[in-house]
Amino acid sequence: MKRLAVIAVAAAFVLVLGSAMLDLAPTAIDLRGPVMANLVQSGVEHPVTAVLLNYRGYDTLLEIAVLLLALLAILAVTDAARPVAARPAHPVIETLARLAVPLMILVAVYLLWAGAFRPGGAFQAGAVLAAAAVLLHLAGLLPGWRAPRPRLRLGLAAGFAVFLTVAAALLTQGALLQYPPEAAGGLILLIESGLTLSLALILAGLFLFLSRDEAAP
Amino acid sequence: MSSGLLFALTGVILFALGVAGVVLITPLLRRILAFNLMGSGAFLVLVGLAQRNGMSDPVPQAMVLTGIVVAVAATALALALARKLHALTGGLELPADDDD
Amino acid sequence: MIDPVVWLILLPLAWATLAFVLGPGRGAWAALAGLLAQLGLAVTLAAKVGAGGTAVTHQVGGWGAPLGIDLAIDGLSAAMLLLTQIVALPLAVYAHAYFKRDDPARRYFWPIFGFLIAGLDALFVSADLFNLYVTLELVGLAAVALVAMGGAAQQIAAALRYLFATLVGSGAYLFGVALLYGATGTVSIATLTPLVTMDAPRLVWIAAGLMLVGLMVKTALFPFHFWLPPAHGGAPAPVSALLSALVVKASFYLILRLWLGPLQSLLPTFAWAMALLGAAAILWGSWQAIRAVRLKTLIAYSTVAQLGYLFLIFPLLSGGLALQTAVMQVFAHGLAKAGMFLAAGVLIHATGQDRVAGLAGAAGHLPVTLFAFGLSGMTLMGLPPSSGFLAKWLLIDAALAQDAYAIVAVVLAGGLLAAVYVFRVLRQAFLQAPKTAMLHRVPRSLEWTAFLLAAASVLLGLRGVELMQLVGAVT
Repeated sequence: MKRLAVIAVAAAFVLVLGSAMLDLAPTAIDLRGPVMANLVQSGVEHPVTAVLLNYRGYDTLLEIAVLLLALLAILAVTDAARPVAARPAHPVIETLARLAVPLMILVAVYLLWAGAFRPGGAFQAGAVLAAAAVLLHLAGLLPGWRAPRPRLRLGLAAGFAVFLTVAAALLTQGALLQYPPEAAGGLILLIESGLTLSLALILAGLFLFLSRDEAAP
Repeated sequence: MSSGLLFALTGVILFALGVAGVVLITPLLRRILAFNLMGSGAFLVLVGLAQRNGMSDPVPQAMVLTGIVVAVAATALALALARKLHALTGGLELPADDDD
Repeated sequence: MIDPVVWLILLPLAWATLAFVLGPGRGAWAALAGLLAQLGLAVTLAAKVGAGGTAVTHQVGGWGAPLGIDLAIDGLSAAMLLLTQIVALPLAVYAHAYFKRDDPARRYFWPIFGFLIAGLDALFVSADLFNLYVTLELVGLAAVALVAMGGAAQQIAAALRYLFATLVGSGAYLFGVALLYGATGTVSIATLTPLVTMDAPRLVWIAAGLMLVGLMVKTALFPFHFWLPPAHGGAPAPVSALLSALVVKASFYLILRLWLGPLQSLLPTFAWAMALLGAAAILWGSWQAIRAVRLKTLIAYSTVAQLGYLFLIFPLLSGGLALQTAVMQVFAHGLAKAGMFLAAGVLIHATGQDRVAGLAGAAGHLPVTLFAFGLSGMTLMGLPPSSGFLAKWLLIDAALAQDAYAIVAVVLAGGLLAAVYVFRVLRQAFLQAPKTAMLHRVPRSLEWTAFLLAAASVLLGLRGVELMQLVGAVT
């Protein structure tokens, strides 16, 4: 009964919304103009990166906070004490990992640098690095992580801390996250580098902190 | 019908499917997948609808990038909680609500 | 030049990160110092807004909406910021004493608490719909993490239920934002307001409805309240206080902000439906509270009921003091419920069990705590001179001015029902303890922080005028 009601509502919703979408006038406001007009001052050449790290950089700051928070939540819920061992995997996977991971690191560095000119940037680079770490773990070359020790904690928090520090430092001479046009490119690269490291650790941690050797006695 | 509009309509369907899934489905893993479907639907609408006239708009694209990261964070938390529930109770479904 | 708005966001982010880096269980002192500074900043900001008569704005990145993100602080935002810091500081003191040294729940409490406060502060000042989505998620995920922190199966299940509800809520909100951006080309509240009129495209109406429903789920309005009693009832006492007092108010604030701002032309269609659900919440929540077996479940259902009062405002928003009424009720409930949950934590700790029936004898051993519970109950019932009375008076006044007699009846009924469940607890506590009962010692700071919050909820009734002036300062 409840099933039927929900499906009926969902279907009605799709029909009503679909028809409303089909006859829609063009929007009153077009943001592409201002985005491109201010692109030179923003410090990067790719409009999406400019929006992400400059025009709406505050969103990015909060989103990193969300990701770090999710990691903290996972650490809070997970048992810290269970031991984890690196289980050796099939030799094919191991060889693949050994071949692929150095290339993945190279690709990540490229993505970080390329973000200023084409699609790329800190998130993509961090994700590739995290994938490399997960691959190593699945191949048995990297043990799972227990409760993070001071060095790992510092690494996890470093990107966010750098972002916060730059934001606070910029407050002395303008609004929040207002980059002076000459230094914008350099500051964005600094923030993105810190973010890449931390994002890689956080995203890898989302997997590795949860990894438990279930088969161990 | 431009491609942007097509993406937007697909997004609407996915969103509706996702919400229906989260509400109706009981096994936890599938519920989490339904939530991801819902999120993907919302993102499709965000980019598709804004770009329905064929010109690419960087602002919704950046917003979707932010949204994806937030969705990853939420999914990771949901999975960790599901795992913990499984470790504690052996099952992968939410126990029926007992009002006391 | 210290800009209080920005530092109210950056400071909690900073001490939360510091607390994490310092290690599991550490960071309480950083938190307490930070919260003290934040309280000062919030007071400064409130004074600035109240005196100046204009909203304080801050253009992040220097770009200005709609390209960049704007922060805007009017009387409503300043009041919510004030409430957040006022509740958070005593709560931090309580939590510090409550969690024992080796309690696993304590390991990451301080960083997660810090992110929650940062998220709340960021939410109350943001003037950009998508930025508000990110802050909503920050607050929601932190709240879920705090609920799950206890680690027991019951709490993990409650946290999962809460997580799904909150994700569907913010998902619906995000979908609405997507539709609005598609229809208008902006997500900035200030830019959006003149664009949305009664003859806006159908898409805008659907977006408004979606965002409203999503936020109602997050505020646990009847019938979307199913996730609240297990989550608030099962979490550790300071967490329950935080959730009931502040987190559910955040999504309500957003509903207010939307319906007073961009979507105000569309309000009349939805207003009476919201009031109807509010009335149902009051009646259903009170009934369940009267029937509840466990103390914290009782208080959680009381939250469900009290949130209903907030939604009775919507048909009356055209009246003069409607906004002040809403804020007074938010403050009254926030302070009182925080005090009540903290008091409940003390009672449960002392009697070693969590059922209402097992509270016999508590009055003799914990007079301060019982007094705190009584004061909170006074506010919830709406007895003079508490702020709860002031809030109900304003509400009835506004309802009578618009001949909404049904609302008056519901408010009065709600007060009577609240009296039933509050006296249930008090009566039980004043009974003689059975000979076999063992009452544990409780740290003094726990009792006094609970008392502080409860007393504040009553004393606010005497000084309510200043709060109302603050909220009404910016027209």
